[in-house]
Amino acid sequence: MTSSVLFAPVQLLLLLALSPLVGGVIKTLKARIQTRRGPGVLQPYRDLAKLFRKGMVIPESASWIFSAAPVVVFATAALVGLMIPMVTAEAPLSLFGGVLAVVYLLGLGRFFLALGGLDTGGSFGGLGSSREMTISALAEPAMMLAIFTVALSANSTNLSEIARAAIGQSWRFLAPSQMLAFAALFIVLIAETGRIPVDNPATHLELTMIHEAMILEYSGPYLALIEWGAWIKQLILMTLLINTFYPFGLTLEYSPGGIALACGAFLAKLLLLCFLIVLVESTNAKMRLFRVPELLAVAFILGALALISTFLF
Amino acid sequence: MFEGLIDSLTIETWALALAAYALGAAGSILLGGNSRAARGVAAAFGSIGGVIQAWDAAVVLLEGSDVRWSLPSGFPLFEFSLRLDPLAAVFLLALGLVAVAVSIYSFGYTEHAQGWRAALLGGLLNLLLLSLSLVFTASSAFLFLIAWEVMALTAYCLVSFEHSKEETRNAGIVFFVMSHVGTGCLILAFLLLHSISGSFEFAGFRPPTEPVQLAALFGLFLIGFGVKAGLVPLHVWLPAAHPVAPSNVSAVMSGIVVKTGVYGLLRVCFEFLGAPPLWAALIVLGLGVASGLLGVLYALIENDLKRLLAYSTIENVGIIFIGVGASLVFTSLGRRELAALALVAGLAHILNHALFKSLLFLAAGSVLHGAGTRNMEQMGGLLRRMPATAVLFLTGAIGISGLPPLNGFISEWLTYQALLAGFGSTSSLTRLIFPVGGALLALTGALAATAFVKAFGISFLALPRSAKASNAREGHWTMVAGMGLLAAGCGVAALLAGWLLPALGPVTSQLVHSAARGSLTMAEGLVISSGAPRGGTASAAGMAGVLALMALLAVTLAGVKWKFSMRRPGPAWDCGLPGLTAENEYTATAFSKPLRMIFAVLYQPKREIQRDFDISPYYPKSIVFESEVEQTFERRLYTPLKEMLLERASGLRAIQAGSIHAYLAYIFVTLVILLLFGVRQ
Repeated sequence: MTSSVLFAPVQLLLLLALSPLVGGVIKTLKARIQTRRGPGVLQPYRDLAKLFRKGMVIPESASWIFSAAPVVVFATAALVGLMIPMVTAEAPLSLFGGVLAVVYLLGLGRFFLALGGLDTGGSFGGLGSSREMTISALAEPAMMLAIFTVALSANSTNLSEIARAAIGQSWRFLAPSQMLAFAALFIVLIAETGRIPVDNPATHLELTMIHEAMILEYSGPYLALIEWGAWIKQLILMTLLINTFYPFGLTLEYSPGGIALACGAFLAKLLLLCFLIVLVESTNAKMRLFRVPELLAVAFILGALALISTFLF
Repeated sequence: MFEGLIDSLTIETWALALAAYALGAAGSILLGGNSRAARGVAAAFGSIGGVIQAWDAAVVLLEGSDVRWSLPSGFPLFEFSLRLDPLAAVFLLALGLVAVAVSIYSFGYTEHAQGWRAALLGGLLNLLLLSLSLVFTASSAFLFLIAWEVMALTAYCLVSFEHSKEETRNAGIVFFVMSHVGTGCLILAFLLLHSISGSFEFAGFRPPTEPVQLAALFGLFLIGFGVKAGLVPLHVWLPAAHPVAPSNVSAVMSGIVVKTGVYGLLRVCFEFLGAPPLWAALIVLGLGVASGLLGVLYALIENDLKRLLAYSTIENVGIIFIGVGASLVFTSLGRRELAALALVAGLAHILNHALFKSLLFLAAGSVLHGAGTRNMEQMGGLLRRMPATAVLFLTGAIGISGLPPLNGFISEWLTYQALLAGFGSTSSLTRLIFPVGGALLALTGALAATAFVKAFGISFLALPRSAKASNAREGHWTMVAGMGLLAAGCGVAALLAGWLLPALGPVTSQLVHSAARGSLTMAEGLVISSGAPRGGTASAAGMAGVLALMALLAVTLAGVKWKFSMRRPGPAWDCGLPGLTAENEYTATAFSKPLRMIFAVLYQPKREIQRDFDISPYYPKSIVFESEVEQTFERRLYTPLKEMLLERASGLRAIQAGSIHAYLAYIFVTLVILLLFGVRQ
């Protein structure tokens, strides 16, 4: 417990440093698959450094909510990052809240970001907020069912307990319930991080954009905070996915060697998941907005099947 | 002996609270000519009563005492017996807290009421508080029904207070009729219980032995109390009555009056009926899930701020019933320690909902007072004009959306824990209900957050959409003070949850004869726990602390150079049009459009667009847009029912033709039948 709390600053640094890189890796991999060269994996760091140095334009109609939203988005993402097991099975702040707190804290960030979008007074902000809240609301039950499947097999909503239970039975991921739950959570990951086929992070087209419409008026350091927060959230969801289903390499004690090994395993798993995301993104077309609920319904059914199969097997 | 002393002190101070409400009611009406004095008396006595009541309730909860008190009524059949037990104390605590805040708020809110109206409103409000206190403590069927009826009639008067509007009168009638259908069921149920156990005292009730009797009793009580609680499909009076009532009244109605239904059902299911069978428990749980989901779906598409809040009350009652229903299921399965956990979740949500829903209704009243409208499409930009109300509404909105670190998260978290624990409680297929219920609760929670982004975002942010909104001003300081108390309550209930939850222990030992599995608190109260050895934990205080640290980090990062000259106001992107006006803003209707299309099966939306154009339809001169959503329950259930009743009633005219001879014949026949009936015995 004490050593896990002492590990908190390390995990925070890891989170802040690694999250832009994951975004960069996905972009570069995607470019390579499309036979482009791409901007290089370090581009997100350059973007952040540039944005932090710029000035910003605040819409005249906006209130303090507009300025508070980026701070809340970043703070909730950073807090959640400390509540999930990344390289050690014992997450630094897992005592303060388990997987339910993770979901609801990310909800708090989204709540403020949607308000920030509405605060601009333009049509785009409201449009983005409305769509973002809709899609995340529909993704929620699928996410919960998948999470329940894992939580029930560990008998706890505490993420460290879930990870430990997964380490205890390392071939568990082959069980049908776990595979179905993984598939459900993967669809939720795509929806929550705004990737193709749900949203396209690379365009600014008013008919299709969701997340980008909401943050259209943000610039400079505030935009940097939002982007960074979004990258951290992406890393969190990916970590959640790999460490609860494939906990290989998670260390149980705080020895330098163990942590180094765990970091290596973590990076390898992360890279594989990035590749999977890129494959999905490159082989699918963006869906019409009103087809997205169908995709999320599929995720919900997968989650429900996962639960039923824990009952059967 | 010492304990006896404390008990008698409790009951006497509690009687003092009743006296304060009575004085507030009488004083306010007597001083009616002097509006300011009347408002002062109503506010002072109402808040004194509330403080005493909350204090007494806290003492009862902390000591786990169970105080009874009896007064001869002068009638042979019954006594005025009162009982102040832990279950009643939970509701009295909520009532006391809401009473204090609402009384203070009302002083400023009724400032501009004409003549006697302020006095009458204050008096009736105190009478409502008095009758509510009696409902929660009455311990004989007669006293309970009297208090229940006084409460319903006072509430009817308050709902129809602004009776010059037709909408208000209609809502009042709907409330009156439905409330009395409920009371009718309750009277029947109590008579049935009397015929089974031979007593009108709550303590003398015996659970029925025959399954048919049990089913009848359960059904009657469920309808009777379900109407008041606003369970789907008995909820239709709620979105009609809450918006038209004065907002201080709506706050008490939504915060407390609705909870009398929950109170009644808890009392009946756990005490009068013993442990109800599994099917009954599953009905309660199912109704909870359905009310939660349907309530929030209707809240989402509502553009009337107070109607949105009313539908959200239905949603929250649903969440409370998920906890209560799960507790009943566990009881009937014999898993008492899980029943205790689920009950704690339900009770915590009762208290939390009383805090944040009253806060939201008071804030909506403040908006109505300042901007003169309930229609969100005419609001906007209120944050700059009413900054205090805006912050307080936002606090309530975060709380009710179940987001950490406020109190809604705590009770929803406990509900999830109870549902998850339920999966292991039985090996039959019933266990699947719990995680599916949990997933639907998650959908409900996420949709509630969407509804409140809409409510706050459209009403308070960006540019004002009407002249009324741009001239809005903050009201009297007492209004802000009243709301501030409730908002502080939301914060305290979350941050100190670990210290406050154990106080619900006496209620669980009273109702399910068990404490929750393990301890619900860890780390000296900083962390709440699901009670299982390696189960889930959560800490609103811990999250709030780290969140503040991280926010500090974010602020430092964003202002590395601390150059505020870097912030420059500018126009938002207007797509090349000449400047943004309020007409470019996203509207409340537009905000909920995606969900209206996705759940079109439920809403059956209809829209009509008329374009006027000279040359080409692509250059319209004016557009008329109408959109309508079907009120499924009103149209599919209540309208046919009403028509059938009216048809049958007109059939009865055949025997009520106005002929005095016929009426004399009826009386004669009735007498003969009664005599025959008497002779047979």
